[in-house]
Order: sequence, then C-alpha cells, then structure tokens
Amino acid sequence: MTAVASDTWPRRLLAAVGSDDDDLYAVHLDTWGALPDVSGPAIVEAVEGSGLLGRGGAGFPAGRKMRTVAAGANRRPVVVANGAEGEPASGKDALLLGRAPHLVLDGIQLATRAIGADEAHLAVHLGSPVVGVVRAALARRGTADAVRVRVHEIPSRYVASEESALVHFLNGGEAKPTFTPPRPFEQGVGRRPTLVNNVETLAHVGAIARRGAAWFREVGDADEPGTLLVSVSAQEVTRRVAEVPTGTTIGAVADRAGVIRAGIGAVLVGGYFGSWLPAAYAWQLPLTHRAMRSAGAALGAGVIAILPPSSCGVAETARVLGYLATHNAGQCGPCLNGLPAIADAFRRLASGAWDERWWPALERWLAVVPGRGACRHPDGAVRLASTALSVFAEDIASHRSGRPCHASSAPAWLPAPRPPGGWR
Amino acid sequence: MAAGAPTAGRVAMTMRIRVNPIACEAHGVCAEVLPEWIELDEWGYPILDGEELPAQLLAHARRAAKACPTLAIVLSGE
Repeated sequence: MTAVASDTWPRRLLAAVGSDDDDLYAVHLDTWGALPDVSGPAIVEAVEGSGLLGRGGAGFPAGRKMRTVAAGANRRPVVVANGAEGEPASGKDALLLGRAPHLVLDGIQLATRAIGADEAHLAVHLGSPVVGVVRAALARRGTADAVRVRVHEIPSRYVASEESALVHFLNGGEAKPTFTPPRPFEQGVGRRPTLVNNVETLAHVGAIARRGAAWFREVGDADEPGTLLVSVSAQEVTRRVAEVPTGTTIGAVADRAGVIRAGIGAVLVGGYFGSWLPAAYAWQLPLTHRAMRSAGAALGAGVIAILPPSSCGVAETARVLGYLATHNAGQCGPCLNGLPAIADAFRRLASGAWDERWWPALERWLAVVPGRGACRHPDGAVRLASTALSVFAEDIASHRSGRPCHASSAPAWLPAPRPPGGWR
Repeated sequence: MAAGAPTAGRVAMTMRIRVNPIACEAHGVCAEVLPEWIELDEWGYPILDGEELPAQLLAHARRAAKACPTLAIVLSGE
C-alpha cells in the first residue's frame, strides 16, 4: 500500500487548467510547450515503459493496446478519443476537455503517430458544454496538427460510450453495443483497426511523450503508476474532480475533498457498474485495479460516491438500477427483461411496497442475468445490486419486514438523468 | 473460416456454443432441439454457460444452430 501525504500530490493533467477567459492554448503551451518531435515507435516505447493503464474503466495497458493496433494493421488504423463520459457521477473527462483540452488533443496526435493512423475522431456528449470548447481548441491549433480530428456528438446514454457502441455510431449506426468479435482493435471504424482510448489516457500520453516513462513512474503505485483523475461525491461535494497518485487510499481522497467521515456507512466505488463497500473497509483501500479486484470491486472510471449519513443505500441503489434499466440498449433479452425486474424489486424494497414472494425471484434474476448481454451492462447492474444486498443487509432486513426507513424522506442523491430521445 | 466444413478425419476440437443476444428473439427452438444443453430463462431466452460441448452433442448443436429462426446460435471451434 502506498501512503502518500496529500500535500505531495502532484498536478500533472491538471497542471495547466485554464478558466473561461483564458486562451487555453497559451496556458497549455506555457506549461507543456509545443508538441514534441518524437517518432511513432518511440511513443509506443515510452507509453509501454510508463506502465500507463487505460483510464476509461477496464485498465488495459495503454502501450500494449497501441502496439496491437499498429501490428494488426494491413489497413491504416484509426484513433478514437472517447470523451463521452457515460457515468453520471463522473466529471473528470468533462473537466479535462473543458479546461485542458490541448493535452488531450496532443495525445490524439501522438497516438496517430504511434500507430500510423491518418484519421482521428473525438466523441463527446450531444449538446454538452465541452463541444464548443473542443471545437474552439481545434480551430485555435489551426493547421499545426498532422491529422485532422473530427468531433462527434454522441447521445448522452449510459451504454452509448461503450467501445463497440461508439464504433457503431461512427460507422453511421445507432450508438448501441454490437455483438463481438471482431473487437474494434481488429476491425473498427471503416472496418479498420481502431485504437479507442479514453481522453484521460490520451492526456497522459501527451505528458509521457514529453517527460518520459521514468518521470511518469515517479508517483503512484509501483505496478500501476502515475496519477489518476477521480470524481468524488458526498454530502458536502458533487462530482469534485481530483488528480491523485494511484495507490492513494479512498480515505485519503475523502479527507482531501473535505468529507467528514463520521457517520458514513458505505461508499460506491467505480461508478454505476461498481460496488458498494462498507465505509470502514473502503477508507483503507488503495486506488489500484489490483486492490479493487481483490476487494470484489472495480476501479472503473474513478467514481467515488460516499453515501451521506442521511441517505438510504437501498433507495439510492433502487434509483440507480431504475436509471440503468431505462438506459439499456433494448437489444438483449436478459438485460431488457431482467434489469427492469431487478430495479422494480429494489423500488418495492425501498418504498415499502415489498412482498416476501419477490425475494426468491430477485435472487434468481441476480443469478441468471449477468454475462448474457452483448456488452457488460447487465453484469454491471447486477454487481451494483448484489453488493447493495450485502453491504446494506441490515437495512434490507428492515425494509423486508416493513419497518420504516431512517431515510425515507431523504432527497434523491445520486444523479439519474433520463435518457434522451434518440440513439443518433 | 471452416464453419460447416466436414470434420471427418480431423482431430477433435474444443467446441462451444453461444448465442448472439442481439439477434436472439426467444423463439426457443434451440432448447427444443438441444434440451440436454440449453435451458430457457423465464422470458424464453437461452441460458448457455460457455462450457465445452461434449462430442456426442455436436450434431444436435449444429441442428439447433440451423433451426434458429434468427440464426442467433453460434458454434465456435469448428
């Protein structure tokens, strides 16, 4: 476990964050300088040597992914930067694109150079405030970039930014996941090998190409080095983004965000596909994929949601499950039928409309639904529901026996926006 | 790709059966043809555990794949 004193947390991705009135390009150049003159193979080598893991959720080694796409290419590969932040409790990609877009745009250029791509796409949410910022940033760079970046607006649906859904959208289809294989790295946009990276991953590439692999490894966990953007929500804060060294404990992040730990019972880690953890356990847990896996959780896109003492975990889970049910792509039977059923059972549990004959059905659905969709949507929803059953076991016993909930009048806390109308 | 090619004389391979969940419309034909291996959930969608298919079920599995009205059953390893 890496213990890092909070006053030593370096700012890397957030080293050159501009405000609305700033010339963001000037702010960027002031800190980072111009795009470095590094060859494609040298970029791949630096990213591999850095140990950077993808920051979109899965945590795949970024250098190996670059090498795979570059090697598999008997056709020119394509770069896709994923800035369509699907997690309602995440704010990191919007912050990065809104305040430091040029580090991401540098990362896109470097990625095209690394894999020999002549085409690049940047996906953001339809109508999001960052659309104007990234378009202005691209215009500001003028003709300096070797590869033109096309900006695409994706419907703000939870599954729309899943890798295969994104590729399907860029190929002219609906932003819904597809049945794989082939995976995008084999056959993606225009049937060409496609490197899909989260925008935070690309921003790190922008930094690594300048400062080097050894510099990247100077902070964070030895096996999963560097810094990481997390989004913290609690009673006191909403989606506060912090750049922290990997390996920092959730407790240290909470303290830094000004969260008062007393009275807190549970933390949701990873996002809406994530896991509820007992707070006392979560505080000790370092932010690495390895530690999260061993805790039966996942780091995901760095969401840390600290349940306010006045809120009910069962009710919050019910609302998020309702959100995930309405945001499914409507394609796969087990998800299309199972998620509304599970969400409805939780709603009944939370609202006092419970009937004990629902319990065996709920247990059956949680067992039978995961692993049976084209994407991981049903698996994620079931993980959230299952961890809620164990972490809130006492509350659930109360709800099942019809005792009133301490938080039945608490306002809704976790965001659960309705899906937009379309898939294009 | 050798899907559908004759297997006589070839060394036995690991065969798996899976469903394309997007194509599947819960007709349930697969479970009728291959009840030893496929059961349906309460909404009529096949439950497949991804285990290796025993050799004696291979012919049935091929028939199940062919019989699916939406061609959602995928045999892999052939």
